[in-house]
Amino acid sequence: MSSDHIVGIDLGTTNSLVAFMQGETPVVIPGEDGSNLVPSVVALDAGNQPVIGNAARNLLIETPERAVYSIKRLMGRGVEDIQEELKLFPFRVAEDLQPGEVLRIRLGDKTFTPPEISALILRQLKRNAERYFGEAVTKAVITVPAYFNDAQRQATKDAGRIAGLEVLRLVNEPTAASLAYGLDKKQNGIVAVYDLGGGTFDISILKLHDGIFEVIATNGDTHLGGDDIDNLLITIALDDIRGDLGIDLRRNAEAVQAIRKAVIDAKIALSAQPSVKLDFELPGGKRYQREITREQFEQLIQPIIDRTVGPCKQALKDANLKPEQIDEVVLVGGSTRIPKVRALVKEMFRREPHTDLNPDEVVALGAAVQAVILGGGSQATQNMLLLDVTPLSLGIEVAGGVTDKIILRNSTIPASATQFYTTQIDGQANVAIHVLQGERELAKDCRSLARFDLKGIPPMAAGIPRVEVKFLIDANGILNVSAREQRSGKQADIQVQPSYGLTDEQVEGMILDSFDNAEEDFRRRQVIEARNEAATILAALDKGKKSVAWAELTSDEKKQIARMEKVLVAAKDEDDYQAIRQAIDALNQGTMRLAELMMDTAVSSALKGKKMDETDLGEGPTPPHPMAPPEFQ
Amino acid sequence: MTESLATIGTRPLPEETHSCWSCGSMRAAHFCESCGKVQPPQPVDYFAFFGLPPKLNLDVATLEKDFYELSRRLHPDLNARGGSRVQEWSLEQSSMLNDAYRTLRDPIKRTEYLLHLEGMELEEQSKSATEQARATGEVKKQIVPPDLLEEVFELNMQLEELRTQKKMGEDDPALIEEIGKQKLALEEKHEALLDELKAGWKAWDALIDRGSAANAVERAQITGQMVDVLNRRNYIRNLVRDVNEALES
Repeated sequence: MSSDHIVGIDLGTTNSLVAFMQGETPVVIPGEDGSNLVPSVVALDAGNQPVIGNAARNLLIETPERAVYSIKRLMGRGVEDIQEELKLFPFRVAEDLQPGEVLRIRLGDKTFTPPEISALILRQLKRNAERYFGEAVTKAVITVPAYFNDAQRQATKDAGRIAGLEVLRLVNEPTAASLAYGLDKKQNGIVAVYDLGGGTFDISILKLHDGIFEVIATNGDTHLGGDDIDNLLITIALDDIRGDLGIDLRRNAEAVQAIRKAVIDAKIALSAQPSVKLDFELPGGKRYQREITREQFEQLIQPIIDRTVGPCKQALKDANLKPEQIDEVVLVGGSTRIPKVRALVKEMFRREPHTDLNPDEVVALGAAVQAVILGGGSQATQNMLLLDVTPLSLGIEVAGGVTDKIILRNSTIPASATQFYTTQIDGQANVAIHVLQGERELAKDCRSLARFDLKGIPPMAAGIPRVEVKFLIDANGILNVSAREQRSGKQADIQVQPSYGLTDEQVEGMILDSFDNAEEDFRRRQVIEARNEAATILAALDKGKKSVAWAELTSDEKKQIARMEKVLVAAKDEDDYQAIRQAIDALNQGTMRLAELMMDTAVSSALKGKKMDETDLGEGPTPPHPMAPPEFQ
Repeated sequence: MTESLATIGTRPLPEETHSCWSCGSMRAAHFCESCGKVQPPQPVDYFAFFGLPPKLNLDVATLEKDFYELSRRLHPDLNARGGSRVQEWSLEQSSMLNDAYRTLRDPIKRTEYLLHLEGMELEEQSKSATEQARATGEVKKQIVPPDLLEEVFELNMQLEELRTQKKMGEDDPALIEEIGKQKLALEEKHEALLDELKAGWKAWDALIDRGSAANAVERAQITGQMVDVLNRRNYIRNLVRDVNEALES
């Protein structure tokens, strides 16, 4: 197996996934618990060690003050623009935040920036992939909502770096989904991708042309998703409880998390059945019970899902298309399982939407396809190329606090614009540039991306220097700026102060923290995993020896197996995982005939009229596979 | 506005290939025909980038086809395994390709770009320029086209009246109808100006076809006329936008 696996990662608000191309098919890599989805929840255990995914979800209910979820909502944002989020989500912002400092979230008595928390999730996905391949994974394609701005993208890229991943490309989620769909439907036409996830909404309209996936327009809302529905139901329950019982549970984090779990279960159930009973225990032993019909639920969520209509209309307008001109509609994101959402999409685009691929997995699968394209392509991805756009206009602040747009939204990326600057006073050495992103006319209504200081302009009379500044949005949708003083030909020095985000030095520091142990961690994990596998195969061999098939082996065969068994038992206690693996492989080879004989026995008993599952199959040695032993309850 | 990096007539067309930095073949332009490697970007204008003469009538379907073909060579996704130099060139080349395609596929943007290459400045009619002028109290570089002076004056009076009425919560259907009529007339003018502009394209393209025989005076005359048409057209477009805003508010 090549040591250069590039994985595709969907870093979601609610769940995250990692996928890769197995031959010509993208597949999701399951975690140790066998689950494809890793809940985007991070918690600290009693020993202050980070726990991620399903395990963290349990801690979220037991020790909510040591856990965090939906961190994606805070990526690339400042403390002043998350006030709404703070009302609805139990984010515990660090008290000692300095003005202008990157947001930090408290878990227990430690604090983490949103990119660090996302990095913990990414590192878990990285480990899952490494476990699957049995090799280190260092390169990834990570998806982001199409409507993510520069700061949110940069924060995602930082998270990748902190997790020890080289992020080869950020891909927009709806575009990634279209790649996964496009893989087996090589056709031309206009496709709309409606992506309503846990916390973000995107609509993208693409033109498919002989393998080129050209995004024509995109729009969305980075704070709209299933979370909003959950919060609505939680608020109703909390109000009920306060009204009827006179207890306010808002400050009781554990109770709120228990309620959150119950309403999410109810929400999911309502996609399949006409009514559901919301039923959970309250502190003190009383139960909250409430019947919710689908009709009531649909009424309740109407205002939320209606918020997707505006962006869809705007995207159609920007693409200069009428709904009838859309050939296919694709649904992405868990929230599109809600029948009412499907009905809304059908009404808007006058077309039955596609749902053939799992809406939770399709983005990660598409990211895996893009990973192969970046890696040089394969038979399946031949001729495939993504041409994406920037979702928001890029502007600079000019006199009077006005935004002068220099790269318009929906421009195909990479895209660039050049501006010329001069000085106002004699001998002026610095020029400040304020870069903005957004559609509004006034700078204060747009998103401040960064302030650039052009430094080291050679001393000249006012108005004489001519500084050429090139703004370039790369294929990740991230802004790069370069400047040159034209009269002197000198490269001007640019100092960037990102309005929201980590500096390079900060990111470096965070990487080192986790990198110091990375190699050691990886080796230790490999050893543990190899030992687990050894235990499984040895146990299987024990069962095999008790089966009827064992008697059919020659004594030479039995001797050989015994020898191999001894080697493995010895290797198992050493720290050399490669030796353990070799011994496992050898034993696997050596017991091949035993396994075959056991299968034959099983088949012949089936022929005798017994059902397969009644036959005492015994347990053949299983070949090494990525899945952990299943649990039975 | 961006500045042209070369003037018309002196730039190398992509047909004029050079030697590839990687394999030395002489068949390299944006990328090498022999080994496929992306080449360092050349400072050319958007027309030259596509190997086109600087003419204003162009076949958008062919342009699109060329755009897709060049994307398949220059896009960073397909050069991700190259070294850092190749990646940098690919980024610059494909951003230039995208910028050029975006500009040339739209006939108005194409015209504005050519006029800019010719050193002509259009009036600042953009909304941000208007806002900026308003905010700083500067006088905007914008002249009411003389033939519209009277109409514009009347229309502005009516719009003022409409705004006042709306503030008072009143509604005058007759006034709204009258403004609607004026808007329609403006939209017709906007269309008619496109025909005038098309005549300009034809004249310009004929000039380019004549090649070196074209003289500078003629050149300036044709571009001057197009600047005038575009200024008037943009002025009317903004007026229609103001009317729509007043009617909708």
